[in-house]
Amino acid sequence: MPAIEFDRVTCTFAARGDARGSYTAVKEVTLSIAEGEFVSVVGPTGCGKSTLLNVAAGLLRPSSGALRVMGQPLAGINRKAGYMFQAEALMPWRNALDNVTAGLEFRGVAREEARRRGTEWLARVGLAGFENRYPHQLSGGMRKRVSLAQMLILDPQIVLMDEPFSALDVQTRQLMENELLELWSADRKSVIFITHDLEEAISLSDRVVVLSAGPATHPIGEFTIDLPRPRDVSEIRMTPRFIELHDRIWHSMKEEVLKGYAQTRNRLSA
Amino acid sequence: MRRRIWVWQLLLLVAIFAVWQLMTQPGLVPPLFWRDNPERAAFFFGEPVKMFRVIWQWFTDGTIYLHLWVTLEETVLAFVIGSALGLAMGLWLGLSPTASALLDPFITAMNAMPRVVLAPIFMVWFGLDIGSKVALGVTLVFFIVFFNVYQGVKEVSPVVVSNTIMLGANRRQMLRTVYLPSATSWVFSSLHTSVGMAFVGAVVGEYLGSARGVGYLIAQAEGAFDINTVFAGILVLTAFALLLDFAVTRVERRLLVWRPTQSETEQL
Repeated sequence: MPAIEFDRVTCTFAARGDARGSYTAVKEVTLSIAEGEFVSVVGPTGCGKSTLLNVAAGLLRPSSGALRVMGQPLAGINRKAGYMFQAEALMPWRNALDNVTAGLEFRGVAREEARRRGTEWLARVGLAGFENRYPHQLSGGMRKRVSLAQMLILDPQIVLMDEPFSALDVQTRQLMENELLELWSADRKSVIFITHDLEEAISLSDRVVVLSAGPATHPIGEFTIDLPRPRDVSEIRMTPRFIELHDRIWHSMKEEVLKGYAQTRNRLSA
Repeated sequence: MRRRIWVWQLLLLVAIFAVWQLMTQPGLVPPLFWRDNPERAAFFFGEPVKMFRVIWQWFTDGTIYLHLWVTLEETVLAFVIGSALGLAMGLWLGLSPTASALLDPFITAMNAMPRVVLAPIFMVWFGLDIGSKVALGVTLVFFIVFFNVYQGVKEVSPVVVSNTIMLGANRRQMLRTVYLPSATSWVFSSLHTSVGMAFVGAVVGEYLGSARGVGYLIAQAEGAFDINTVFAGILVLTAFALLLDFAVTRVERRLLVWRPTQSETEQL
């Protein structure tokens, strides 16, 4: 039984301030993610990748089609999923520890217990000693670590990540990717990882799904990544198999990327 | 550098009072205006030396403390009640689009109205005691806090909201952990203005009719054309307002530690 199953999901938005009608972000997307599988979704910018993730989280109801979580159709928020957003999502008025323990607090876990587990998780993401720092006192990479701990402390069966490391510099990013892989391999959760970076997608995943350019985005290709685990993201990029996979996927993406680029340019010049 | 500026500020203050004294004390220097009557400058502008004598008297015989206490009481009450009402209304309207659509024109109208004209009505309703002054201060404070909270609720980052929902917060927890802290931070950012307004409400209320308070002292002296006492009252009020402002800054620093400021931001 797949952990998450998109069944002909279509999302149409009423275009704001535009009487001509609506914008279809994703169309007829059918995709399933097995339990314990790490799937990356890549596609050109503005193709509706985040829309798919919001549907999986239950934050957005599809216009048509269905989403099933562990075989059950999803109604409301997906309680089995943790979501790591692309933008800053920490509460700026809470320090690192209180941010990490927020989810436990909502579930009524005793304060002492929550603090103990929060401290433990902060240490696990390499932030021991930073419990009392507020988000503005942490660097971008550290804030992402706090977000990661905040999500994983709740032990979700499904993890949704929306370009979580896109704002980080290359070195920090590879560090975070390795840490993510390490945490993931400890108790294989189902992961949907959205990115526009093909190298990141290949080095992390079991499977890479390529989306077409928007509007009406849909998957146009799926590639199984048979690279051995455990992986080191910076080393694996040098292996011949990686380069071969990269070539193949990039070849299938290229056309869509150019299409997406041309559309953006036309929209700007229009 | 900071020390030097302090010294200069003090010197400037002394200079202002010295010039003031020179220009007003009868017979000290030949008058520039009102050459026919050297007493007139002192009549209109008072003499700093006499003002300080009045202030000295007030503090040594202790008469001022009761009045200061009353004014402080009114200010604090007006601030607390006005802030609480503004916070509640701001949260409510910020979170309920229907209520805000319905009440929007009324709020705008009430804010546009010069609310000091309500003072006489409040005196009829609440009497000459502190009630009417507090009421006037509340109407002034309420709108500042209300608009700030309303804005604060609207400007909570949607990502933070979505994230908190995904972490499993229900509506009440959402209000407590996201909207309330965000709104309070806006209340505190308007703290200086709203405390100032509460003070204005208290003093204007006293000035228009009361039996106690610094505003009352000023109104009394004005009735007797005792310009030195009027200025003495104004000086005491100014010093008092400065002290209040200083206290507010202290409170603010303690409560808004999570807020990034240019100098505080510490990247690791």
